[in-house]
Amino acid sequence: MRVTVRLFARLRDITGAAELAREVGPGATIGSVWRLLEGEYPALQPYGRSISSAVNADYARMDTALADGDEVAFLPPVSGG
Amino acid sequence: MVPLLAIGRAPLELELLITAASSRTDDRVESDGAVVTFLGLVRNRNLGRRVRYLDYEAYEPLALKTFERIASEVRDRWPDTRLALHHRIGRLEVGEASVAIAAAAAHRGDAYAACRYAIERVKQVAPIWKREFFEGGDSWIEGAVADPADEEARAAAERIACA
Repeated sequence: MRVTVRLFARLRDITGAAELAREVGPGATIGSVWRLLEGEYPALQPYGRSISSAVNADYARMDTALADGDEVAFLPPVSGG
Repeated sequence: MVPLLAIGRAPLELELLITAASSRTDDRVESDGAVVTFLGLVRNRNLGRRVRYLDYEAYEPLALKTFERIASEVRDRWPDTRLALHHRIGRLEVGEASVAIAAAAAHRGDAYAACRYAIERVKQVAPIWKREFFEGGDSWIEGAVADPADEEARAAAERIACA
């Protein structure tokens, strides 16, 4: 199945893309997509413990299972205000 | 009609938020006796650096839902308050407002607490980021790990609001 990945702030700088599309297998979770990206972009690894994640614009845990067409977002620590 | 919760590129207008938050016209209930406002501004110094400007970005649909969550938390804790919360994104110069909040309530204690709580929660959980452009370089500012379900963080915001 295919998912869209949204990346923000420094994560976008690291990957050079605000949005990526990836094929993932059945049973894929947010966490497995993150590990896939870490493999492609090792500079993401230091963020593994400090990112938040979302599916279809709702906060979601890393063990959340994904469905075809989902939009997954990875969010570095926030600094609004 | 000014929305209570918004995110966008236009300059913030506090007067509009005050009107939006305090537009209760039902004579059967107690009307507002207080509106407390907060404006967050771009400061000219940060961490010893001379700031040139900030560039804000947001995951907009999630940021709006997060504002709704914050407004709902405020209603749960201070039931008779109304909250207006607008955040600006894009390039902001020193002295410009990045966030504006108005909290209206029958009494000032609730209005002050709700306003303070809202800005603390924005900083904890809103998916918004600022990139600081200073003399000599630029860097992303990274603060809290956003987790709206983290009850400890929420309680900390409430303690600050009620201090």
